[in-house]
Amino acid sequence: MLRKIAIAAVSVLALSGAAFAAGGGEQHIEDVDFSFEGPFGKYDEHQLQRGLQVYTEVCSACHGMKFVPIRSLSDEGGPHLPEDQVRAYAKQFTAIDRDTGEEREATPNDFFPKSALENAPDLSLMAKARAGFHGPYGSGINQFFKGIGGAEYIYSILTGYTGHEIEQVGTTFYENTAFPGGLIAMNPPLSDGQVEYADGHEATVHHMAEDVSAFLMWAAEPKMMARKQVGFVGVLFLGLLTVLLYLTNKRIWAPHKGKKQA
Amino acid sequence: MAGIPHDHYEPKTGFEQWLHRRLPIVSLAYDTLMIPTPKNLNWWWIWGIVLAFCLVLQIATGIVLAMHYTPHVDQAFKSVEHIMRDVNGGHMLRYIHANGASLFFLAVYIHIFRGLFYGSYKAPREITWIVGILIFVAMMGTAFMGYVLPWGQMSFWGATVITGLFGAIPGIGEPIQTWLLGGPAVDNATLNRFFSLHYLLPFVIAALVAVHIWAFHTTGNNNPTGVEVRRGSKAEAEKDTLPFWPYFVMKDLFALGVVLVVFFAIVGFMPNYLGHPDNYIEANPLATPAHIVPEWYFLPFYAILRAFTSDVWVVMLTNWVTFGIVDAKFFGVLAMFGAIAVMAIVPWLDTSNVRSGQYRPMFRWWFYLLIVDFVVLMWCGAMPAEPPYSIISLIGAAYWFAYFLVILPLLGVIEKPTTPPATIEDDFNAHYGAKSTPAE
Repeated sequence: MLRKIAIAAVSVLALSGAAFAAGGGEQHIEDVDFSFEGPFGKYDEHQLQRGLQVYTEVCSACHGMKFVPIRSLSDEGGPHLPEDQVRAYAKQFTAIDRDTGEEREATPNDFFPKSALENAPDLSLMAKARAGFHGPYGSGINQFFKGIGGAEYIYSILTGYTGHEIEQVGTTFYENTAFPGGLIAMNPPLSDGQVEYADGHEATVHHMAEDVSAFLMWAAEPKMMARKQVGFVGVLFLGLLTVLLYLTNKRIWAPHKGKKQA
Repeated sequence: MAGIPHDHYEPKTGFEQWLHRRLPIVSLAYDTLMIPTPKNLNWWWIWGIVLAFCLVLQIATGIVLAMHYTPHVDQAFKSVEHIMRDVNGGHMLRYIHANGASLFFLAVYIHIFRGLFYGSYKAPREITWIVGILIFVAMMGTAFMGYVLPWGQMSFWGATVITGLFGAIPGIGEPIQTWLLGGPAVDNATLNRFFSLHYLLPFVIAALVAVHIWAFHTTGNNNPTGVEVRRGSKAEAEKDTLPFWPYFVMKDLFALGVVLVVFFAIVGFMPNYLGHPDNYIEANPLATPAHIVPEWYFLPFYAILRAFTSDVWVVMLTNWVTFGIVDAKFFGVLAMFGAIAVMAIVPWLDTSNVRSGQYRPMFRWWFYLLIVDFVVLMWCGAMPAEPPYSIISLIGAAYWFAYFLVILPLLGVIEKPTTPPATIEDDFNAHYGAKSTPAE
């Protein structure tokens, strides 16, 4: 049941301060083939860097990422920026110094700022908080087989605007095919050519949405690649141990089991 | 102790004798490990080891997680993110701990249903059974409080709903709720005490597990036939049994290996699949989620809780008879706890003198229906409380109680059981063939 997506998105509803009637529309979540899907999926470093650019130039005007340390931008398995670039990047933000209590230029050891706009949800964990249980009857089948998760949700929101606007109680809402209820308070954030990618990648809405969704997936789950590695090694060695235990078990029981009489 | 006759530990060296006279700990370990175990145990008997492993796994990962976690409403969510991002291996620890709870409950449900099918609760194993139910209840409490600690939206609202159940008790409910929460609502005091109790309860469980093991080591294991081990002499008992070490330790470890391969695949490749995404949103007392859904392992009981609404005739009747003291909400709470209570007293509800479900042709079908019922209730618990789910939940809840309170007592009277094999040895040989006799 798609109502499950509504559960996942409820706090956006609450934060936007508007009470929508539930079930206002069917949400459409587009399936995107991200590079990080599946047991062997990896983040694409360059895509994360492009996503960071979109986040910085577009999203961060309103949204924050207060749980993500700026220094993690140089982590392996992430955007993997050189440390001097990260230091330069941090300088555009300010932070409250823990010791002096005064505002100062941010350093890589600080966190990304929190949302500038009070109603804009923090994006640190958005890709996990919107993972939903996409799929028929709340079974999560689509999540399981197609890898549809929070990154797809963010992509679908960013590309799901129909162009219709509705004014309710002095606030403008925008029709969006992915948003529960169908009306979102965020105006369409992306337009073609809005950012200029350094690597020459074409900055269509589709590309930017894909890149920033991938970036936000990394922001929410920065240790994904390390985790999959542990999972793989764990399965491998436990599998090996299990085979040995199977043989041991078979051998010690053999003297106590006769030939089965047919 | 009227146990199964077997060899006991004999201290041989001087040091062993010295120690044995002062602390017979080696003897205890020996007798525990070498306990004669029915040799026909099937694969449904492996979940006990999985459960023991889960308890150790949860305590070990939990203790390390507690070193990095801050039980304060302003810090809890952030400290969990600190664990996920900055603590060495912290993300694995937390995912193992969170999914470990799921494995724990999967194992305990299979373990319980195995006991229900093979009549493991029947005399003389009633105490083992009841202690087992106590462990199950303690597990539910521990898991519930643990789920509150990350201080996400579902943590907060789950805590609000579940502690609200105590508020439904007539008259004294609200003071009790306030006392449990440490204030009028779920807040810092609640988080602190839940953290403290979440750390304490696993050790209570460990103690109960020791009693559980002690009890069934006294009576001996049940087995798929439900036929008791012959205890006339050691030689006779040895025909029916093999020592736990190494035969069953190896068998169980092999099974545990298979389970852990699947477990690690889930932890490594889809660690958030079983959790609710809303818990990655920091708790916000001002924003109620549209549907508050507990973790999957609570869903069947959650469905029973919600099934009894004020328009159900039993609820209306109860309300009228008690002059309105038992309202729909309190009725639901009673039903939920009652659903576990009927399991606890099942040794006295089942009137059949045949132990194992294998030899009870009618019982079997009712039992399979109970499993279907459990799964259906689990599904209903995840769905919103509206038709048709409310009606399905009600039917499911009714069957749960009917199974224990009506069907089991009646079946013992009307059912004609088939004949179990005379001995465990016969059953074993029927499966694996008799041990080939030496050539003459």
